[in-house]
Amino acid sequence: MPIRFRVNGRETTVDVQPNTPLLWVLRDVLDLKGTKFGCGIAQCGACTVHLNGSPARSCATPVASVEDGEVLTIEGLSPDGTHPLQEAWKELDVPQCGYCQAGQIMSAAALLQENPRPTDADIDAAMAGNLCRCGTYLRIRRAIHQASGTTAADVEDVEEAR
Amino acid sequence: MTPPTSGMTRRHFLRVSAITGGGLLIAAHLDTSGLVALSDPGPLGSTAELNVFIRIGPDGSVTIQAKNPEIGQGVKTMLPMLIAEELDVNWEQVTVEQASFDPAAFQGQFAGGSNATPQNWLPMRQVGAAGRAMLVAAAARSWGVSAETCRTEAGVVHHDPSDRALPYGDLAGQAASMPAPELDEVPLKDPADFRIIGTTVKGVDNHAIVTGLPQYGIDFTLPGMLYAHFQKCPVFGGRVVDANLDEIRAMPGVRYAFVVEGGEALNGLLDGVAIVAESWWQARTARNALQVTWDEGDTASQSSDGFREASRELFGQPAERELRGDGDVEGALASAAAVVEADYEYPFLAHAPLEPQNCTAHFRNGHLEIWAPTQTPQNGANLVASTLELDPDDITIHLFRVGGGFGRRLSNDYMVEAARIAVEIEEPVKLLWTREDDMRHDFYRPAGFHRMRGGVDSEGRLTSWHNHFVSFGSDGRFASSAGVSPNEFPAGFVPNFRLESSLIPFGIPTGALRAPGSNGLAFVYQCFVDELAETAGADPLQFRLDMLAHEGEDPGQDPVRARRVLERVAEVSGWHDQGLPAGTGKGVAFHFSHRGYFAEVVQVTVSRAGDLRIDRVWAVGDVGSQIINPGFAEHQSQGGVLEGLSQALAQEITIQEGRAVQGNFHNFPLLRIQEAPPVEVHFVTTDHPPTGLGEPPLPPAIPALCNAIHAATGHRIRSLPISKHDLSWG
Ligand code: FES
Ligand code: FES
Repeated sequence: MPIRFRVNGRETTVDVQPNTPLLWVLRDVLDLKGTKFGCGIAQCGACTVHLNGSPARSCATPVASVEDGEVLTIEGLSPDGTHPLQEAWKELDVPQCGYCQAGQIMSAAALLQENPRPTDADIDAAMAGNLCRCGTYLRIRRAIHQASGTTAADVEDVEEAR
Repeated sequence: MTPPTSGMTRRHFLRVSAITGGGLLIAAHLDTSGLVALSDPGPLGSTAELNVFIRIGPDGSVTIQAKNPEIGQGVKTMLPMLIAEELDVNWEQVTVEQASFDPAAFQGQFAGGSNATPQNWLPMRQVGAAGRAMLVAAAARSWGVSAETCRTEAGVVHHDPSDRALPYGDLAGQAASMPAPELDEVPLKDPADFRIIGTTVKGVDNHAIVTGLPQYGIDFTLPGMLYAHFQKCPVFGGRVVDANLDEIRAMPGVRYAFVVEGGEALNGLLDGVAIVAESWWQARTARNALQVTWDEGDTASQSSDGFREASRELFGQPAERELRGDGDVEGALASAAAVVEADYEYPFLAHAPLEPQNCTAHFRNGHLEIWAPTQTPQNGANLVASTLELDPDDITIHLFRVGGGFGRRLSNDYMVEAARIAVEIEEPVKLLWTREDDMRHDFYRPAGFHRMRGGVDSEGRLTSWHNHFVSFGSDGRFASSAGVSPNEFPAGFVPNFRLESSLIPFGIPTGALRAPGSNGLAFVYQCFVDELAETAGADPLQFRLDMLAHEGEDPGQDPVRARRVLERVAEVSGWHDQGLPAGTGKGVAFHFSHRGYFAEVVQVTVSRAGDLRIDRVWAVGDVGSQIINPGFAEHQSQGGVLEGLSQALAQEITIQEGRAVQGNFHNFPLLRIQEAPPVEVHFVTTDHPPTGLGEPPLPPAIPALCNAIHAATGHRIRSLPISKHDLSWG
């Protein structure tokens, strides 16, 4: 059964089993490999995309449920990789293995849309669903602050301690 | 200089050639003792391309091939930094490419054991310096001056007396005809002149990562590629008796379903059912309908509870083996002013790298091509060749950036599965495991049980130490990563010391997890040292310094270096500051592992109800004379510390009926952002060759956390994970 929706601003029709998770449609049908598979049960956030402007775990989103919807993936976040979060991520050298980072950035982008000047607590709440096995959380927090022009509490007092 | 054509001597050697259009190609063959000769690479072609370390284009661009698999340890950036430094170019001129697996070109193509830095520190710089020397020689000749009067800077050769300068790009073609210098004689820079080493260089793949470009094995596709699932017996090593294959073959999209007969070795190809479909989700859906009758075998009777019972029984008997005995432990315990006895244990752990295991393979015309995220391509090729009876020359392996290694991808079980399926179907196929496959078919960090006894004399000195270690294995041999070195600290630092072991035979696959051995032992030893310090009435940090007050005997365990990191962590953490509020405490631990020295202090706050918060961690490391990439070194150390905390807090793989209970992140929790404390990292530099950071920051984090919980609440944590303990107090 054909299912229609928009991905990164482009009209798309796919013909797959309606219960196929959006993740596999993005990766294997539309060849958008930036959205990652980590757990398949909405536990890790590696597959985070925006669905109608809100963060969604695409591994747990049947493609039928996005009919007529608007999906944004990491590939569509900015035309040339210059979204302030992408810039901050590069600048602060956030990635280690890098595998979780597309999902992290998509969650962070949704946060900044809602709340352009988040506190540490706001960041922790918005990013709690995104695991990083390599433990890059401290730089993720800093990068979100940098992109939003705010300061991380822990950076302040580490700097003070020095 | 004539290159030897065979025999692979250990002579240092470099091969240079011109590239059509005026570039310079520098190929070198590395082994861990330095650089050895390439056999004559012949005309430049596709195979010569694989031999390249450095290519200098006529436009001055420098392309360096990164030979070690990148698993998040930063090596793809770090090794080229070493070359670029001595070549004396600007980092901005450098492009880094991932090399494919090519045993003829690269030796030591391997990620593990924090080895990349110590093995490459010298030879990589020598290659760069040799390239620089040839470019200088080319410039000197064209100007008719002596090379000694020339200098280089940022990819340009200068002759100051005549005020002439030529960029490397213009010299690359001529440099190819210059004699190659002997690598072990080529002069290296004074570290004071380093311009790249010691500066923070950002990950070379950062842009690709943040824009979602495909670069992991899981992202790789081939035209017409099919997707495979492989269902193994939930009980390790169980055999397939029967499966409803006809039903599976009739499911939508399914192209093949067949039984694979495996062998006995748990790290090789095991029995299972392969389902190959047009899409991964179709194969997944079909798998839900799969019904297999298994012969579960003897392992089905094994469990974590059973292992614990077995350990209690073994503790009650004389140990099977003495691994080390110094002095008279029983005599010293009998005359000690105080004796502490405690049983410690830690559970099995999964690696759970975030990129699930996967491998793409295509078998045609007798040749098998493999695309895999692996830390050990050579072992993978050997395993595939021997299992499938292929000639190793008929196997090609391509490497990717790896979505987390941690030791999991030292094993190539997923590679041999994909290869087996590809050989059967002769169509391109990608095998991709589910998270549950990954967690339930890992090579686990082995559990371990320790009965500890220690004695202190009336002056509070540690005089005796006895450990009966109940581990896994059979016939007197430890299972993979389940052993202990007889020299493990505090061996050599306590006059009366005995280390003994007994083994439980088992059928659970085990293997190396980041800081193997150390990640369990540091917990036991550094927590038990804390108990002894308390009994001795001593400050825990000072007690450790006192233990380290004399020379040890193992050159890998230098007490001077250990003391320095402890002293420094005392300073930066304000260890001696008084007046922490009730429920807040600091704990300390140190550990030697993988040539690195780390001392760490953790501060926690525990509510009366027992809710634990980790406030802050201070980590001080000594990994030698030079921190190559300081920003990344800090980051990698923070990652190691956070992983240690993550393991200690709530991770456990429980074995029941011969299978792993936990299957995904809901019951094998990783640390989340709101739990991650600030981690302050400091380095002490010492006059030793630089060594790696993948492993050493991890082990001390676990005991430092447990010791902090004791300081805050009075509870001793003698078994992990901490989530199983009630921490309420007051
Ligand atoms: S893959 Fe979707 S949350 Fe993990
Ligand atoms: S960078 Fe490796 S999982 Fe986050």
